[in-house]
Amino acid sequence: MKRLVPFAVLALAAFSLGPFLWSVVTSLKPAAELFRVPPTWIPRSMSLDNYRDVFAQRPFARYMLNSLFVAAVSTLVTLAAAAPAAYALARLRLRGAALAEKAILAFALFPPAVLLVPLFVAAREAGALNSRLGVAVVHAALNLPFAVWSLASFFRAFPAELEDAARVDGFSRAGVLLRVVLPVSAPALAATAILVFIFSWNEFVIALTFLTRDELRTVPVGVAMLSGVTVYEIPWGQISAAVVLTTLPVVAAVLAFQRGIVRGLSAGAVKG
Amino acid sequence: MRSSARYAWLLPAAALLGLVLAVPLAVGLAGGAGGTGGVLRDRAVGRAAWNTLVFAGVSVPLEMGLGLAFALLLNCDFRGRGLARAVALVPWALPTAVMAMSWRWIFSDSWGIANDVPRTLGLMSEPVAWLGRPATAMAALIAADVWKTTPFVTLILLAGLQGVPRDLHEAMSLDGAGPARRFLWVTLPLLRPAIALALVFRLIQALGIFDLPWVLTGGGPADATRTVSLEAYDSVFRHLEPARGAAITLVAAAGIFALALTLGALARGRRTE
Repeated sequence: MKRLVPFAVLALAAFSLGPFLWSVVTSLKPAAELFRVPPTWIPRSMSLDNYRDVFAQRPFARYMLNSLFVAAVSTLVTLAAAAPAAYALARLRLRGAALAEKAILAFALFPPAVLLVPLFVAAREAGALNSRLGVAVVHAALNLPFAVWSLASFFRAFPAELEDAARVDGFSRAGVLLRVVLPVSAPALAATAILVFIFSWNEFVIALTFLTRDELRTVPVGVAMLSGVTVYEIPWGQISAAVVLTTLPVVAAVLAFQRGIVRGLSAGAVKG
Repeated sequence: MRSSARYAWLLPAAALLGLVLAVPLAVGLAGGAGGTGGVLRDRAVGRAAWNTLVFAGVSVPLEMGLGLAFALLLNCDFRGRGLARAVALVPWALPTAVMAMSWRWIFSDSWGIANDVPRTLGLMSEPVAWLGRPATAMAALIAADVWKTTPFVTLILLAGLQGVPRDLHEAMSLDGAGPARRFLWVTLPLLRPAIALALVFRLIQALGIFDLPWVLTGGGPADATRTVSLEAYDSVFRHLEPARGAAITLVAAAGIFALALTLGALARGRRTE
C-alpha cells in the first residue's frame, strides 16, 4: 500500500493539472505547429505570438480590467457585509442565530439554472443591465453565504479572553471587532477574500446575461466568445493564451496560499 | 447592549441577500406559476430534463467515487502533502467557462489530444468526432465536469476524514482487522454526514449546470446535451419568451431541490437522536 502512494499522488497531479498544462503547451505553439497531426507534446519551436495577438487583435486587456474591477468591488462589498454578520452569529448570542445562519447558507445552494432567469428579469426592471457595478453587487450577494460561513468559523475559534480584556479596556463591540478581532484574523480574512475574489473572477452566468456590450465583458465571457468566422477558423492559439492568462493567477494564488485556503474551506466544510 | 442593536449587525448581509437574491427569486419563481402546466407537457423540456438527469446521474457518482479515493490518499502521511492538497484543488478554482474552451480543444476531432492519446496507445485507429455525436458529446461533457468538480467532493470528504479518530483505527488494527474492514466498519460510517453533504451539493449543482454545456457543446449535437438551464436560457434570450423561461425555472427549482434533498436524506440515513 505505502509504496503505491507516490504513484497515486503523481496520477492525482496529472489529472488535476493536465488540461491546464495542455493549454500552456498549446499557447506556446506557432500557428504551423498548432495544427500538426499528430500533435507535438512539447513545442518544437516556442513563440509568444499568441499572447501578443490576444492583446493586439482582441480587447483582452479591457476584459481583464473589467474583471479586476468587478472582482475587487464585489470582494470589498462581500467582506464589509459578511464580517459584522459573521461576528454577530459567532459571538453575540443572538436568539435564532442558528436559524439565521442556516437561512444565509441556503442561498449558497441555488444553482445557475434557478438564478439565471429571475435575476436577469429583476436587473432589467431595475435598470442594472450593462453595469459592471450591478454585476459586482450580484456577485457580492452570491458569495456572501460562503464568506459568512468561513469567517464565523474563524471567529468562533478566536480566544474569548482577548475580547473580554479589550471590553474591560473600554472598547465597544464594534471597536473590539475592528481593532482586536479583525487585525488578529487577518490571515483568515485574506484567505476568505482570495476565495471570494476567485469566485467573482470566474463567474459566468450573471456576467454573460447582464453585460451584453463587448467593451463591458469580463474575462470568462470574453474568452468563451472568442471565435472566428466559421468553426474551422476558431483561433485556438489565441484562445489557449487567453486561458493561460486567465487561469495562471488563480493557480498561483491557490498554490501560494495553499495552507490558508485549504484550512478556510475545510473549516466551512466541517461545520456544514 | 440592547438586543435590537445586536441584530443590526446582520443588517448589511440581510439587505444584500434580500434585495439582490430573495426578492428577485421569489418574484421570478412566482411569475412562472402560470406556465407550469404548459412546461410539464412541453416535449423540448422533457428532453432537456432527461439529458440533465443522465448528465447528473453519471457524473455525480463518478465524482463521489473519485473524490473519496483522492480524499483517502490526501489523508495519508507523506512528504509534500500540503502541496498535493493544493494541486488537487486547482481544477475547482479555475473558471468553468474558460476551461470549457480548453476541453473543446482537447476534444477537437482533428487536433485534439483526446484522439491522440488512444491512437498512440493503439486503442483506436480512426479519430472520433467527440463533440459531433450525441453519445460521445455527453461523455465529453461528463468527463469535463468530473475533472472540474471532483476536487469539491475531495475537499468535503477530506475535512470529514480529519474527524475520524486514529485510535479507533489502531484499536481495530490490534484486533486483527485489515485496511478494507477498517474502512468499511469505521471510516465509512463516520464519513456518512460528509458524504451526504457533498452529494446534496453536487446533485443540486449538476442538475442546474449551465456554463459547461453552454461553452463546450452549445447543447448539441441535435440537442443531445441540451440541459434544463440551456432550455430556460434560450426561452428568454433566443426565443424571447420570458414567461416560458420563468415557468421552466420554477419546475426545475422544485425538481432539483426535491430530488437532491431526498437523496441526501437517504445517504445520511435515519437520524439516531
